[in-house]
Amino acid sequence: MSAPSQWTVFWRTVVGRAYPRIIGAQREKSWVFFEIFLPLLQVTAYVYIYRAIQAPPEFIGFVVLGGAMSAYWLNVLWSMATQLYWEKETGNLELYIVAPTSRMAILLGMAMGGLFATTLRAVAVITIGTVLFHVSMSVSSVPALVGVFLTTLVALYGMGMLLSSLFLLFGREAWHLSNLLQEPVSLVSGFYFPVRALGQVVAAAASILPITLGLDAMRQLLFPAMLGKFRFLSPGVELAILVGLAILFLFLSHRALAFFEKLARRDGRLSVRGQ
Amino acid sequence: MMSDCYAIRTEDLRRVFRAKRREAKKQKREVVALDGVSFSVGSGELFGVLGPNGAGKTTTIKILATLLSPTAGRAWVAGIDVAKDPKRVRRHIGMVSGGETSGYGLLTIEENLWMFSQFYGLDTRVARARIKELLEVVGLADRSRTKIYHLSTGMRQKMNFVRGFLTEPEILFLDEPTLGLDVQTAHTLRGFVSNWLAEHRDRTILLTTHAMHEADELCGRVAIIDKGRILACDAPATLKRELQRDAIFRLRIADLADARGVVGTSPDVTQFTQTASEAGVDVDAILTHDGALTQLLASVEAAGGRLLSLEKREPTLEDVFLHIVGHGFEDEIREGGSA
Ligand SMILES: Nc1ncnc2c1ncn2[C@@H]1O[C@H](COP(=O)(O)OP(=O)(O)O)[C@@H](O)[C@H]1O
Ligand SMILES: [Mg+2]
Repeated sequence: MSAPSQWTVFWRTVVGRAYPRIIGAQREKSWVFFEIFLPLLQVTAYVYIYRAIQAPPEFIGFVVLGGAMSAYWLNVLWSMATQLYWEKETGNLELYIVAPTSRMAILLGMAMGGLFATTLRAVAVITIGTVLFHVSMSVSSVPALVGVFLTTLVALYGMGMLLSSLFLLFGREAWHLSNLLQEPVSLVSGFYFPVRALGQVVAAAASILPITLGLDAMRQLLFPAMLGKFRFLSPGVELAILVGLAILFLFLSHRALAFFEKLARRDGRLSVRGQ
Repeated sequence: MMSDCYAIRTEDLRRVFRAKRREAKKQKREVVALDGVSFSVGSGELFGVLGPNGAGKTTTIKILATLLSPTAGRAWVAGIDVAKDPKRVRRHIGMVSGGETSGYGLLTIEENLWMFSQFYGLDTRVARARIKELLEVVGLADRSRTKIYHLSTGMRQKMNFVRGFLTEPEILFLDEPTLGLDVQTAHTLRGFVSNWLAEHRDRTILLTTHAMHEADELCGRVAIIDKGRILACDAPATLKRELQRDAIFRLRIADLADARGVVGTSPDVTQFTQTASEAGVDVDAILTHDGALTQLLASVEAAGGRLLSLEKREPTLEDVFLHIVGHGFEDEIREGGSA
C-alpha cells in the first residue's frame, strides 16, 4: 500500500478534525442554548432600546445582523482561541504533533467544523430575529454580500487560529484572556450599532477585528440607509482590508504555531506534566 | 549512514529540564532527566526500557517521538535524525501512553478512532475495517458506539491501543501502556502487543515500563535505566544469567546445627550462607552444576541431618535490578508518587 500524498493527508485531517465539531455540537444541546438564545436575548434588548428612542427602523436590522454575527465571534473566542490549550490539557495536542499531518490542517478543521455548526445558529438568529422584529432587507448585490460574508469569516477564523496558537503560549491565562476580550470586542466591533458611532479613530482601531468591517460592509449591502448615513468606509475598501486581514491572520497563525512548537519542544511544554 | 540498519538508535542522549519558577525555590534549578543514553533497537524487536518513576523513560520516548528536543546527543528513528527532520520521522511512528485521556467525549469510540486515522490520511474504508477488527481483538467491539466519556480507564486504554496500532506504524512507542490498569486488562493488552508483533514481523516496538514482569514477559531485550542512565541492556534471560549463572538452592535441614562442614566445604558449592532455624539450619547454596545436588543431599543425611524442604529459586529481573541499581522500585515509587 502506498503512502497517501501530503494533500490527501491534509484534507482528510481537515475533515477528521471538523467532524467532532459538527457532530458534537448537535449532541450537546446546551450549546444551542448559548449560541442562539444568548445572542437573541441581547438583540431583543437593543431592539427595545432603539424602539424606545425612536431610532430609524434600519437599526433593528443592524442589530439582528450583529446578533447573528456575534455567534461567530463567540465561537471563535470560546471554541477556537482556547481550543489548542484545552487540547494540550487532554493530551490530544501531543497526538496531533506526533501525527504526520499539518498543524494548519488541524486548525483549519477546527475552524471549518465550528463555522458549520455556528452557521446553523447564525441562520437561526437571523430568521427568528427577522420574523420577530419585522426586519426588511434589500440586498443590493448578492455576489458582493456573499463575498464580504465569506471573507469576513475567513479573516475571523484566521484570527481564531492565531489566537489559538497565542493562547498556547499564554497557558493558563487563556480563559481570563477570553473573558477579557468578550465584552470590549462586542462593543468596539459594533455588534449592535454602526461602528462609526464610536468615532473614526476607535472604528479604525477596531478594524483589526474582522467582524467590525465585515458587519459594516454587510449592513451597507443589506440596508440602503446604512450606505448613505452610517457607514464607516465603502464596501469595496472594507472588502479589500478584510482580504488583507485574512491573509495576515492565516500567515501569522502559521508562524505562531511553528514558533510555539519549536519553543514547546525545547522546553518540554507540549503536554501537561504529571504522568 | 550507520544508523540506517537500526529502527531506533540513540547516541549519548542528554536532556536537562529547567525547573519551573515556582518549583525552583524548593529544588535545584536543573533536572537532568537523561544523562548520556545510548542504545539501538533493530527492526522487528520489542525493546523494553525498564526503570523506576523519574528514571527518564517518558523523556526518552518523547525525544524519539519528536515531542521533545534533546539537550545534547543524537537520535535516529527509521534512520532519520529526530532533531533535524521531525516531520519525516512522524510518517514512521505511532505512540500510546498509559493514562491517556485523549479524544473527544462526545464522540463514540468508533468515531474517535476514525478521526485519529484521518490525521494519517487513512482511507475511510480501510480505517473502518481495521477499527472493527482491532476492537474485536481487544474485546471492545460491543462498545464501538459508546461515547467515550462513559468509558472506564481500562476501556479507554484499550481504545488508545487500537488508535496506536490502527495506522500500522513501522515503529511504535508505548509509554507505560498498562499503567493503572487492572490485572485482566493489562494481561489482555500484553497479549495484544505480542500477537500484533508476531503478525507484523517487520515492525518495531519500544515499550517503557516499571513493571519488571512485564518487561520480562514481553521484551526481547531490556535496557535498565535509572536516574537518566542506562545501567544494563540485554535480553532478560541474559541479564538474569549474568547476575547469577547458577540457580540458588535453599535447603531447610533439621537435626543439624551447623552445615558448614557438610555443605560449605564441598568443592561443588560456590557460594554458601546459612542461618540457624528452630529445627536446625537453613542453607542457601549456589552449585557449580545441578548434578552436584544428589551428592550434597547424601552428605547431609550422612551427617545426621534431615531434609525438610528443598527449593530452587530462579533469579528474577527484580534481583537483577536490585543488584545493578542497588535499590528496589518500591521506595522510589513512593518517593515520586505525587509527581
Ligand atoms: N517538562 C518537564 N519539566 C521539568 N522536569 C521534567 C519534565 N519532564 C520530566 N521532568 C523530570 O525529568 C525526570 C525524568 O522524568 P520522566 O522521563 O518523566 O521519567 P519516567 O517516565 O521514567 O517516570 C524526572 O525527574 C522528572 O521530574
Ligand atoms: Mg513516565
